[in-house]
Parts: sequence; structure tokens; C-alpha cells
Amino acid sequence: MIAAFRIPGAGRLKQAETARFSFDGQSYAGVEGDTLASALLANGVHLVGRSFKYHRPRGFLSAGAEEPNALVEIKRDSARKTPNVRATVQELYDGLTAQSQNRWPSLSFDVSAVGDIASPLLSAGFYYKTFMWPKSAWKNLYEPKIRAAAGLGVAPDQPDPDHYSARYAHCDVLVLGGGAAGIASALAAAETGVRVILADEQADFGGSLRFESGAKIDGQDGFAWAQGAVATLKAMDNVRVLSRTTAFGYYAQNFVGLVERVSDHLQNPGRGLPRERLWQVRASRVVLATGAIERHMVFADNDRPGIMLASAARIYLNHYGVAVGRNVGVYTANDSAYAAAIDLKKAGVGVAAIVDLRDNPTGPVIDEARALGIEINFGRAVIRAGGKLRVSSMTVQPKNGGGERTIPVDAILMSAGWTPSVHLFSQSRGKVAFNDETKRFVPGTYAQDCVSVGACNGTDGLSATIDEAYSAGAKAAKEAAVKNAGANAAKGAKPKVDASESWSRGMLGAAPGAGADTTVKAFVDFQNDVTAKDIRQAVHEGMRSIEHVKRFTTNGMATDQGKTSNMHGLAIAAETLGKPIPQVGLTTFRAPYTPVTFGSIVGHARGPLFDPTRKTAIHPWAERQGAVFEDVGQWKRAWYFPKAGEDMHAAVDRECVTVRKTAGLFDASTLGKIEVVGPDAARFMELLYTNPWEKLEPGRCRYGIMLREDGFIYDDGVVGRLAPDRFHVTTTTGGAPRVMNHMEDYLQTEFPHLNVWLTSITEQWAVIAVQGPKSRDIIAPLVEGIDMSDEALPHMSVREGKICGVPTRLFRMSFTGERGFEVNVPADHGQAVWEALWAEGQKHGACAYGTEAMHVLRAEKGYIIVGQDTDGTVTPNDAGLDWAVGKKKTDFVGIRGMARPDLVAKGRKQLVGLKTKDPKVVLEEGAQIVGDPKQAIPMTMIGHVTSSYWSENCGRSIALALVAGGRDRMGETLYVPMPNGTIEVEVTGMVFFDEKGERLNG
Amino acid sequence: MLLIRCPYCEEERPELEFRNAGEAHIARSADMAATSDDDFEKFFFIRSNPKGIIYERWRHMHGCARFFNAVRDTVSDRFLMTYKAGEPKPAKLPGASK
Repeated sequence: MIAAFRIPGAGRLKQAETARFSFDGQSYAGVEGDTLASALLANGVHLVGRSFKYHRPRGFLSAGAEEPNALVEIKRDSARKTPNVRATVQELYDGLTAQSQNRWPSLSFDVSAVGDIASPLLSAGFYYKTFMWPKSAWKNLYEPKIRAAAGLGVAPDQPDPDHYSARYAHCDVLVLGGGAAGIASALAAAETGVRVILADEQADFGGSLRFESGAKIDGQDGFAWAQGAVATLKAMDNVRVLSRTTAFGYYAQNFVGLVERVSDHLQNPGRGLPRERLWQVRASRVVLATGAIERHMVFADNDRPGIMLASAARIYLNHYGVAVGRNVGVYTANDSAYAAAIDLKKAGVGVAAIVDLRDNPTGPVIDEARALGIEINFGRAVIRAGGKLRVSSMTVQPKNGGGERTIPVDAILMSAGWTPSVHLFSQSRGKVAFNDETKRFVPGTYAQDCVSVGACNGTDGLSATIDEAYSAGAKAAKEAAVKNAGANAAKGAKPKVDASESWSRGMLGAAPGAGADTTVKAFVDFQNDVTAKDIRQAVHEGMRSIEHVKRFTTNGMATDQGKTSNMHGLAIAAETLGKPIPQVGLTTFRAPYTPVTFGSIVGHARGPLFDPTRKTAIHPWAERQGAVFEDVGQWKRAWYFPKAGEDMHAAVDRECVTVRKTAGLFDASTLGKIEVVGPDAARFMELLYTNPWEKLEPGRCRYGIMLREDGFIYDDGVVGRLAPDRFHVTTTTGGAPRVMNHMEDYLQTEFPHLNVWLTSITEQWAVIAVQGPKSRDIIAPLVEGIDMSDEALPHMSVREGKICGVPTRLFRMSFTGERGFEVNVPADHGQAVWEALWAEGQKHGACAYGTEAMHVLRAEKGYIIVGQDTDGTVTPNDAGLDWAVGKKKTDFVGIRGMARPDLVAKGRKQLVGLKTKDPKVVLEEGAQIVGDPKQAIPMTMIGHVTSSYWSENCGRSIALALVAGGRDRMGETLYVPMPNGTIEVEVTGMVFFDEKGERLNG
Repeated sequence: MLLIRCPYCEEERPELEFRNAGEAHIARSADMAATSDDDFEKFFFIRSNPKGIIYERWRHMHGCARFFNAVRDTVSDRFLMTYKAGEPKPAKLPGASK
């Protein structure tokens, strides 16, 4: 059954192909190819939403992306709920479910509409003035209440189950906008053979040709010509045509972001299809063919459902075959609305009257309207609209005052003229210029390699548009080809315009019925409920710049970004200020042109793909052992290995005790490793580390400290000298990339005379630490070619040989204070060697230990962790590491910074040990330390806890801390104030276990 | 996203491949330890932060990994030229306007 307002035979849809859909629970029939808006209008539904602030009933203003009112929620299932979808761009599919927003209990009866009655309290800037006091009420009362009452749709409450894809593309000519201008440009460019991308936000190409019934190109109806031309373009290998694709952002150097809506219009999107696709396009030349947007008339109650742009009514009629009413009125200040009246009249719709603000306009459309018997009123204004949930009348008055006359209507089509869409041009940092004659901003100074053509360039008339666009397309192709090599001469012919329509001028600002002396609600910005009065008030209250007027009134700040309202708002502000428009200025256009989903920006970078996960060669073994893992940067590290029934505390205690009693195995593969090789390797190391390296014998190791130029500790690690020209450098796990960058920076830019190569070998070597009194017994049976005796392989030495038949770099070193080794083997063999060592270890009662036990064991020995016990403001001296700074060295990075007055002053924070008076109390890391707990708040903090653990080996808690003048406070009692009471601590040395270090050879 | 020409690769590549490394042509003293406090302050802390032409270091991090120098207009974000590390500050800049 055909819907009540669908006109048989009108429009371009196949009216037999129906699609069922529901709106607010009610079922309707639409037609394939409808938008939700056209389908609702076909069923006579105009009321679709409530406004943001006043909860006023709203209908459709437009038929496109500029729609401010008709925002609905589209629901596919419980997770797929999209709020704030413009019904004018949502394509219909069978089974579509939509709901209105921002109303309660129902769309036609909304209790919050009292906001409309109470509106004198809600004028411009009301929230800056009304809700100031008392301060606490903002958080508890005003904000929650305002948020509940205002607002648009509701965000979905489940993770987005759809997927989004992304593509990068390059082209010679990118044409944005697929109306007559864009198509002509694309044709001209494509014929030369260069790579062209043509994108348009609509499902169908044609732009205004979708409604301009008077356009004829190459002997065809304009829309039919557009379809033929696009088919030609699609068939060319050098052209990519993207429909349903919005260019939302124009960035530096012709980098343009586009979003392609791939499946929102499909009833059953296949699982393989993304919902949207983000295109990031780099173009040699960009042609902007973004068209123009019609403005509404600003008069009292111009927001009643049924009042819409004249061009929208034409699209609904000429494209979708839908009449927006049975008896429409027209209110205009330019010619283009006449064409709407003529089209509707010819389709059998009653046109009650045309009200034209102009005094005595003449022209063919006016003659034609008159010939069709339409009543035309010149020099008159619509001063008010009747009706509430739907417009019922328009009240007309001579524009200079006089008798009123009320005309019953069920729709009003309005046009105040056309605003060139300079959004993308402006985003490209181009400067717009105001044309005083035509009263519009058009592209002025270009900042990038782009060109504007057609309506967005202020070019009137189809013939002039096609001329301009065709030659601009050819020129862009030629320029791009010079840059990118190779283009042929255009072989096609310029499209010939046989008939066209003209859109002349119009008006800006408030119409007489909403003039300066009225306080009626004549809306400028529908989506943010800004009226002409609000803008005048903002000026009266002292706003002078349009940027201030905009923020005070929120004009143009809604999701439609003022596509219909900016020019009106500007004109009213300029009139109130008594200044010409260009002096008041236009607000800045920013991306995105229309709202972009988070999904399309995020793409695949979510969940496991958000950031790479790095796992060591030994990870699978640890997993099988039931290890608990922690994240260290991108790495997964075994944190502890709980046995049945053990909690973390018990597991860590057992691991710590076992290591000191027998031995433990620890996966240290994540350590950063850099090989420094070359004839000048030692000289390079001298410059990058504080320590002396020239005299370090091959086969020996040294603990190295790296500073930044400012003298603060940057990284540390054990460095082994494998040969005179080869160092195996280790870094902290998290520091590896920045240390590599730091080294490369100095090598390439400050010390390029040094003959050195740097190679990251972190991933190439798996590292198994075997620590504890039994460590040598565990390793020795598996090693070939290395003498493991203390004489041949003393503490802090390194040998190359074989273990389990594979090459190894065997370090004798310790991060536990026990006799210890770090077995480096090629990563591919990491797990096999680990398992062999594990089997040996089992014979001795060794355990596997994780990062937590590693931390406790090193803290028992006072070994620091850079980044935990240091924070970028700690010098070697502060950390008690003066011994690691080569005293005779004349240069290294940080040598001068370290000597700055403040860095050698007394009273600096120094690293010390802390013992709580109650050995059972474990301090909190990060806790602040004070000298006198009885002082007044705020207390003077003299330091903070950097590391703190329960040490089962010591039978008490231990802690490291940075304390002002710490090394002079040995034995002093300090205090750590905590929420549940103050903790007394004693300042001690940093070594809590085996102070003499005898166990390194134990 | 900016396009940056790597003077080593001789290719224009997207900004994603690069990392900024601060102002260029700030020489580290050959006798660092003897630098005065004032000179160290100038060397380490003071940067020109101009509105307009800046000489800065970049690294082709995810490419050839080389550090190089660039001349950029901080107002327009336009790169005027890039050149290899160690080369002197260019005496003449190519057309700054467009």
C-alpha cells in the first residue's frame, strides 16, 4: 500500500519495493532508497524530536548532512545502538528500528517542555550566571539536573561489536563533492590518465541535481547525466569513486580524512563487512566541490515541525516522490524557493501562498509561479507560525508593519539564500573573503594545493559551474602530473549545459517579524536552541568578537557546527554592533565536518591490537607452571610462581628464601641489550657512561651508569667487554628503546668521528639468571669450553662458550647478592636451555622466581632500580653511586650537568634505607616522610619511600627512600604519616642483608 | 599529518616515520667539563622557540634511523628544506611563501 504522502509516479524510487521500519514503536512502510526522513514524511510524520534546551517539538529542517533537528537513535540490537543519527542521512533498510530522543514520557507529551515556558530563565549564558552559588550545589544539584534535562541521545552501554577498517590512499587529484561541479572536475582530470578519487557523502551522486528539475546537461536531465558520468568514471582504471563517503577533515599538505559508511544502510551487513572505513588520502591536488547549504528564514516559531528548507522539500518531492504537506506556504528572500513551489504545484500539492520579503523581484521563475496561479505576496514577511506539534498557519504582514493576515498551511518552505560550504577550504587554513555584493564568504587566499569550484566558490549558475569545474579539474591534473610524471591531454569533451536554474542572493540575519525590538523565539541555531534575541543579548552584555558571541550563546557549537546558523548569527551580531560583517569576522571551521564515530578513528587498534604484546622465549614454560604475569611496558613478565594453596605473599617469600638457600632461575630476557662494536667502541662507552672503560679487560664486566646531559641518572646496567672492540651492554627493560635512541643521537650528531656500530640485540638473546649458592652446580654440567672456577670466572666476568650445545655469553654477575650467573643464549634456544637448567636445578631444590622476588632480593642488597628508586632528578651522588663515576675522566655525557651548583649543594635528597620501628609494618611506596610529626599541616615533606617490601630473609620489612640530607641522618628517627596513624622509621644504610657481600662467592 | 623529506633516503615520507629531536645547531662544547654555568645554561636550557622559521633536528626513526636537520615554519607547519646532520645552517632558504 502506498503511503499517504507518496505521490505515485513522482521521484526516482521504485515505489513497489517496500521496506518496513518502526519509529517509536510504531510500524511504517517505506520504499527502498528512502532515507528515514523521506520514509517518515511519506507517512505524514513530521514530529521526530525535542530540542536540546527548551524541549520544543521539532521536525525535519533539511534533507541532508546539515540537519540540526531530526536526530534519532538507530537500534540494530542491544549492543548496536547509535544515538544522534541524522534521520535525513540514514538510509532505510527493511526492519530498521528508530527512536526519538530527549523526551519523556513521549514525543508528543514531554514534561520537560516546561523549559520552554520557563525560558526567560534560560537565556543566553544562563549557566554562567544562574548556577553559580553555592559552589557545592554545582556538583550535587545543578550539573546533574541540567545534564538530565538537556542533551541529545544516550550513549550505548555495551562494547561496540562492529569492526572498522582503514585504508591509506594516494592520488593525483582528489575531488570532494559529487555534484555537477565535482563530477565535471573528476571527468576532466580522469581523462588525462592521472589517478583520481571522487568522493561524495550521499548514496547517489548528483548533489543539487537531485532536486533541480530545471537542469539539462548534454541533452539529458541533470540527475541522469550525473549517473551516466559517474558510471563512466567508475569504469576507468585510474579513478576510484566513493559514495556515502564524507571528507571530514583537511589536514596539512593535502592530507584528507574521509569516512566511508560501508554497511549502515544494509539490512544484514555480512560479518566480513566493516561498518565504516577510514580513508587517509594524500593528494597532489584537491578540488573542493562541496556545494552550498540553504539558509532558513529567522522568524517567530520558525522551528515548528513542518517548516523546512525549500530545497529539502524539492529533494523529498523530486528524488523520493514525497510531498511534505497538502497545503504549503513559501517564505523566501530569493528565487530558488519559487522553484520548490512550482515543482510542488505541478505535482498536485496545494501552494497557499508565496511570501517574498523582496519588493518587486522579477524573473522567469516568478512569472512561471504566477502563471500556475500561485498567490505571490511581495514586500511581506511571515511574522509568526501557528501550531505546536505541527505548523498550522503562517501570519503575514507587510514588512514595514500593517495589517496581519493568517493563512492556514501544513508546511512552510523557506529560503533565505545559500551559504557556500567553505568548511574544508577553511580547514586547509585558507582565508575566506567576504563578497559585499553577494553577502557571502567565499574562498580568498589559498594555503594549500587546492581549488574550489562551483557553489562553494560562490559561482552561480550551472553553466558557469561546469566551465569552472571542468577547467579546474584539467588544470589540477596537469599540475599533479608535472609533479608525479605523466599525463595525457584530455580527450573527452566538456559537458554542455542546455538548461539551468539560478539561485540569486537572499538575506542574512533576522527577518522583520523577528526584528530588533522583539523578544519572540525566532531560531537561529535549532540544535542548540539559540534565538535572534540571544545573540542580541550577548552583544548587549558586552560580547564584541564573534568568537565570544558564539561561546556565550553556543550558536554554531552543536554537532551540526552551525551549517545553517553561522551566517545568520554573524549578521545579527554585526547589526547589533553596528559594524559591517567582515569586521565582526567569521568563526573558525574545524574538523570534523560532520560527526565521526570513535570506531572509525580507532579502527583495528583496540583490544589485543591496541598495543603489541611482547613475550619471551621462556613465556610458554612459565605459563605451564602457572605463573602469574605482570605487564612491564609491552612485555609480559612472570611475576611469581604460586604453588597450590599459595597466595602471592607466600609464593614470593618461598621464592626469596629458596634463592638464598639453594638457587633460583629467573627469566631476564626482557633486559635491553645493545651491542657496541668498532675500533672506537671503548671511547664511545667512555663518553656515554660515567665509568671508565678503556682499561676494562676483555672478559670482564662493569656496572655502568648513563646520565643525561643534565647530570641525572638516565639508565644503568651491567656491561660486558667481549673483545677490545666489542661491548655487550644491558639496559633496564623499559629503557632499551630510549637508551638506543640516546646512543644513536650522540654517535650520529655529536661524536660522528667515532667508528662504532650500535645494534639492538634485545630480541636475539634469551637471558636466564641462575642465582644462589648452588648456581654453579646447576650450570656447570651443561657448559662446554668455559672454566667455571672462581679463579677463571670471578664475579663480574663474561665468557663465550657453549651450553647444551648452543652458543652462550655466560655472565658471572648478581642482582641478588648471591653467587650468580646470567646465561645468554640465542632466543630460539631459550626455552630448551631453560628446561635443561630447570632439570638440573630440580636436583638441588632450586625454584623459578618471578619479578616480585627479584625486586625483594635486590632491595635486600640495596641495588637500585632506575625509574623506581630514581625519578629523573637523582644524581649518581644522590644514589650513593659516586664510586661508579670515573674521577679522572675529562668528558662524558652529564659531566658538566652533574657539577651544577644545585646538584652539588648540601641537603639534596639522598637514597637511604629505612627500617620501621615495628618490623611487621611494611611502608607504602610513595609515602611521604617528615621530620616532626607534630608540626602543623601542611607539613614539610623531607622525602619519600621509593621501594618497600616484606623481607622473609631479614624477618622484617625493608625500605629504600629518598630523604633530604639522608646520609647525614643515619640512625635518626623519621615519621611517615598515613591515614591510619603515623609510622616511625629509622634511617639506615641501603644494604639489609649480607652487608659484607661475602655471599657473592658463597 | 606532515610529509617530511628524509635527506638520506631522498624520499618524502609521512610524519609517522619520524620523531622530532629538538632544536638544531646547538653545539656541545669540546671541553664540556670546563664550560661556565652561563654557557651551560645557554647550551642546555635556552631554546629560541621562534614564531616562524625554526631549525630543528628530526630522526627518521622508522626508516633509515638517521638524524637530520630541517627548516620549518612554525606558523604554517611547512617544511622549507631538510639537510644532513653536520651540514651547516643553510645560508639561503627556498621560497618560504605559498
